[in-house]
Amino acid sequence: MSVYEELSNYRDLNFDKFFDQITDADIQRIIGKQRLTVLDYLALLSPRAEKHLEAMAQQAHRLTVQHFGHTMLLYTPLYLANYCVNQCVYCGFHAHNDIERKKLSQEQVIAEAEAIAATGLKHILILTGESRYHSSVAYIKECVQTLKNYFTSISIEVYPLNTDEYKELVEAGVDGVTMYQEVYDEEIYAELHPAGPKRDYRYRLDAPERACQAGMRTVNIGALLGLSDWRSEAFFTGVHADYLQNKYLDVEVSISPPRMRPHVGGFPPKVIVTDKNIVQYVLAFRLFMPRSGITLSTRESAKMRDNMVRLGITKMSAGSCTAVGGHAEKASVGQFEISDERDVADIAAMLYSQNYQPVYKDWQIW
Amino acid sequence: METTLSQDLLKIGDKVLTSRLFLGTGKFSNNKLIPEVIKASGSQVVTVALRRVDPEHKEENIVEYIPKDCTLMPNTSGARTADEAVRIARLARAAGCGDWIKIEVISDNRHLLPDNIETIKATEILAAEGFVVLPYMSPDLMVAKRLAEAGAAAVMPLGAPIGTNRGLRTKELVRILIEEIPLPIIVDAGIGRPSEAAEAMEMGAAAVLVNTAVATAANPVVMAEAFGLAVAAGRKAFLAGPGAIQDYAVASSPLTGFLRE
Ligand code: SF4
Repeated sequence: MSVYEELSNYRDLNFDKFFDQITDADIQRIIGKQRLTVLDYLALLSPRAEKHLEAMAQQAHRLTVQHFGHTMLLYTPLYLANYCVNQCVYCGFHAHNDIERKKLSQEQVIAEAEAIAATGLKHILILTGESRYHSSVAYIKECVQTLKNYFTSISIEVYPLNTDEYKELVEAGVDGVTMYQEVYDEEIYAELHPAGPKRDYRYRLDAPERACQAGMRTVNIGALLGLSDWRSEAFFTGVHADYLQNKYLDVEVSISPPRMRPHVGGFPPKVIVTDKNIVQYVLAFRLFMPRSGITLSTRESAKMRDNMVRLGITKMSAGSCTAVGGHAEKASVGQFEISDERDVADIAAMLYSQNYQPVYKDWQIW
Repeated sequence: METTLSQDLLKIGDKVLTSRLFLGTGKFSNNKLIPEVIKASGSQVVTVALRRVDPEHKEENIVEYIPKDCTLMPNTSGARTADEAVRIARLARAAGCGDWIKIEVISDNRHLLPDNIETIKATEILAAEGFVVLPYMSPDLMVAKRLAEAGAAAVMPLGAPIGTNRGLRTKELVRILIEEIPLPIIVDAGIGRPSEAAEAMEMGAAAVLVNTAVATAANPVVMAEAFGLAVAAGRKAFLAGPGAIQDYAVASSPLTGFLRE
């Protein structure tokens, strides 16, 4: 069975009807359960569960401390290139947007690496726009070889690859993949991705599974919130994560709940996702998958991030810059505007003030 | 009795220990707590995940917080296969972390249960390379025997899944390992309360390893001290040889009393 079939089990589910039947007693019972079903998770995403956020938060906090301790993994994105052949209507790197396109040379990669390494971080996420031509697997591998001199964990957020390509990158030293489906609703997906290879919904949907099969240690998925109804998108993300974890027990499956941010294209979110919505999503997911990572990026405000530390988050980006070469030189245009502009030391101090320890390094194999 | 207690030393590899509480360091809110916790507990063996050791980051490098007179027991946390565990162990030795290695091979991200088969493989390889190998395992007699044959210096069965604080749920199986395996049996993972640590020691465990129970306590330093006392108390009770448990009150009209008439 593929994840597409797994998700299909719920396509005809009438979410509103399901939500209408949820009672307060159901929510209370689910919060106390040892292991939640997929439909329990959906119940926690219901409007009814909004009244129970505090109880959910207490439980989410307890579970997170139990499994992860009072620690927070820090990482930062490194943009290698911003060439893109796609036309996602919501993104600043959209192929037709008139921005300066760049791709880092190995010397520039070194400059970026040095600037980031000076902050103490050992985990990085390398990104490219989606262009196989400009940012080939060979180019990514070359960058990984360079970056291995500075970091102990390298993840990628690039266009979907086939299994052999993921394997090649695992052998080169990449240990994690982030692949956002952007939107699980297939019709809206088609609407928002009018042209380019990214139109292929299923090839993208199966990418995290291919990464698992290729031996990646961590696979991070998510929906870009703001493109469709958040409750069903959060639900499908959870079903996807659960599917991967069940099938690939040795992989650390994690999710991110990114919200749309302003960017050069100016496409307004279709749906407004509030802070409260994000909190509910993260708490419900933590109760559903107590051991999974949950990543919160600098798309969120400093205030929001400070408050989310104790609500189930396990990884945070810090000192982020979404522009190519932005760590070492004056930045060009970023993929989107970041919100929390604090540097790594500020984030570390914030964590310590909340009785949490920043973790700069959490993996090493070479 | 006093002589027995003063000579009650735990020998593992070339080390001789007086404390039988081992501490984990993975979940503290601040590494600066670690020295105080170690001191309060009296522990002489401290495990650190090599994945977290960062010699280049002095302030955050966990090893910097471990007193020099403690034995460092790096672990292979994060390893999913024997091959990864072996690579991590070699890196740990190369990084100057010594010869002790706690093998942790986990390929079950839902429950974090150890992979006994891969653990045996890693133990064979590393013991042959001269490491003092302490494998973390699911309590299973045949696996423990294989680990002993492979050259393990001790065997570390779990009391309950990592981080659960559920206590000594595997008691009967651990008891069998204690009876049958001629190596120190160190209960690792799951112990949530000092009383549970004491219980493991009363049963004859050689030592107990605790992390979550201390690191997530409201007052980790005081909890560390409580564990130190409990482990010592449990050990003393074991050495003292507890009296037999009577299921029934000794009857005033015994059934076999007529034999004495
Ligand atoms: S979201 Fe990705 S694929 Fe789409 S336009 Fe932006 S960079 Fe290109």
